[in-house]
Amino acid sequence: MSAANQLYQDVILDHNRKPRNFGKLAAASHQAEGLNPLCGDHIWVYLRLKDAQVDAIGFDGQSCAICKASASMMTHAVKGKSVTAAEELAQEFRDMALGRLDPESAEHHLGRLKVFAGVRDLPTRVKCAILPWHTLHAALNAVAQASTEGEDDPVPGSGVEQPGHA
Amino acid sequence: MNSRSAAPREPRADDLGLDVERIREDFPILRTRVNGKPLVFLDNAASSQMPQAVIARYVRYRTSEHANIHRGVHHLSEVATREYEAVRAKVRAWINAGEEREIIYTSGTTDSINLVAHGYGRKFIGAGDEIILTVLEHHSNIVPWQMVAEEKGAHIRVVPCNDAGELDIETYRSLFTERTRLVGVTHVSNALGTVNPIADMVAIAHAHGAPVLVDGAQAAPHLPVDVQALDCDFYAFSSHKLCGPTGAGILYGKARHLEAMQPFKGGGDMIRSVSFEKTTYAPIPHKFEAGTPPIAEVIGLGAALDYLSAIGIGSIGAHEDELLRYATDRVGAMAGVRLIGTARQKAAVLSFELDGIHPHDVGTLLNEEGVAVRTGHHCAQPVMQRFGVPATVRASFAFYNTLPEIDALVAAIRKVQKVFAG
Repeated sequence: MSAANQLYQDVILDHNRKPRNFGKLAAASHQAEGLNPLCGDHIWVYLRLKDAQVDAIGFDGQSCAICKASASMMTHAVKGKSVTAAEELAQEFRDMALGRLDPESAEHHLGRLKVFAGVRDLPTRVKCAILPWHTLHAALNAVAQASTEGEDDPVPGSGVEQPGHA
Repeated sequence: MNSRSAAPREPRADDLGLDVERIREDFPILRTRVNGKPLVFLDNAASSQMPQAVIARYVRYRTSEHANIHRGVHHLSEVATREYEAVRAKVRAWINAGEEREIIYTSGTTDSINLVAHGYGRKFIGAGDEIILTVLEHHSNIVPWQMVAEEKGAHIRVVPCNDAGELDIETYRSLFTERTRLVGVTHVSNALGTVNPIADMVAIAHAHGAPVLVDGAQAAPHLPVDVQALDCDFYAFSSHKLCGPTGAGILYGKARHLEAMQPFKGGGDMIRSVSFEKTTYAPIPHKFEAGTPPIAEVIGLGAALDYLSAIGIGSIGAHEDELLRYATDRVGAMAGVRLIGTARQKAAVLSFELDGIHPHDVGTLLNEEGVAVRTGHHCAQPVMQRFGVPATVRASFAFYNTLPEIDALVAAIRKVQKVFAG
């Protein structure tokens, strides 16, 4: 089975249709808006931090299935973690999606998130998977808005990718 | 239509007048396999493919004819200049312009529109003036006018469309005032495929003294274009949607407008004489062609027009209409599919969305089946907003596409739905 089919089989069935922690969080202490203008993905990540720990997390918005499933699994993975551990996981996820971290050989804390490893073979979709993590990072650092383009681009060197024409 | 077949033959299901199987042999890229499956290329509205004849012409120029044009007295410069200038006649014929000097070489449709915005707009549009555009425009026929409007303090009025994607001509008529200075309208919508009633719209604009710029990027490859019959003032299109190379395009303009316009780019090749006291410009078309142009690309466009002319735009359009009809019937009949853009007059574009499935997911999974479509906002975000979608899936056809390829699209859509149904 191809990378794309495998990825969709593994994550879509469950998390796209029944996303975990979907919805605005009451009494969020931190939140950020994430935007992928190329794809149209537009999400919000809400956090309630307590003693430098992720006490509660939620997300909502409109996005493709890869982004939604990534966000859903992210909320599941970081809930209860320390801010430092959440940031570390965000870094590992990004490295994996870009193909810099092979979850089969390197050490990591990704657990079930490694189903997203296949997205490295879909270069036009890498940003869809990374967007929730990029937005989480912005929320943790009290940045109101994150984008996958411009100065804020989480994928260095990808600024040459253009939305295409006509 | 198929003049090559003298003897009558049994009609086949895909007998549309063109010998498509033979035509497909002219396009080496169509033999590509994607993910182990034959490529089904349905992204022609973004860029069409090049036949071997165009590739060969391009290579011949690069191999044995290259030098800068309008410069040297040597052999190669003369050959390059002659071949480059000869394309103007072919372009003139393709759109039935009155004179070759009304054909300006540009780098593409976007460049052509920007040339009008700078050369005409900035000279003749002032504070309080109005520009009429339509909701169906590509960003390239919106943003240049916003830049002019912002600089000059002018205003933009927008023609709406109905739920089928057809422009509301009565509202269009009502938008004109004594301050209307220009109308910008696309001939064929790139996102929906709607063919707009250009001749009628031009007549209305002219009755109010306003010139009309037509974005012909999606029309020139599919419809017979007659700029004199349309009576439009400007007509812009690109080489790479016409089986030619990227980097070349055309602006047609009525000679009197072109003569009145300010040059946009200054430099070599656009002047008659230069001194520090006074520079005089070259006559049209060269007034607008500063610097060394994309010579090989223009010559490639000429070869593409030769190729398309030999097939005939009538046969091309008839085949594409049949493809569109078949695709509309088959895709439109699928459960969970919503067609976006159902105008009575359409050309070569089928835009749609699948229930509960984001277009980018559709695009990725169709690619797994070898089917290339465009997904996204198609650089036409106002159209997306009008139809309340972030993006659509767009299949766009060329004369080298076949009915079995549309069957492949339908089968691939079914597969996507199956993945999402679990």
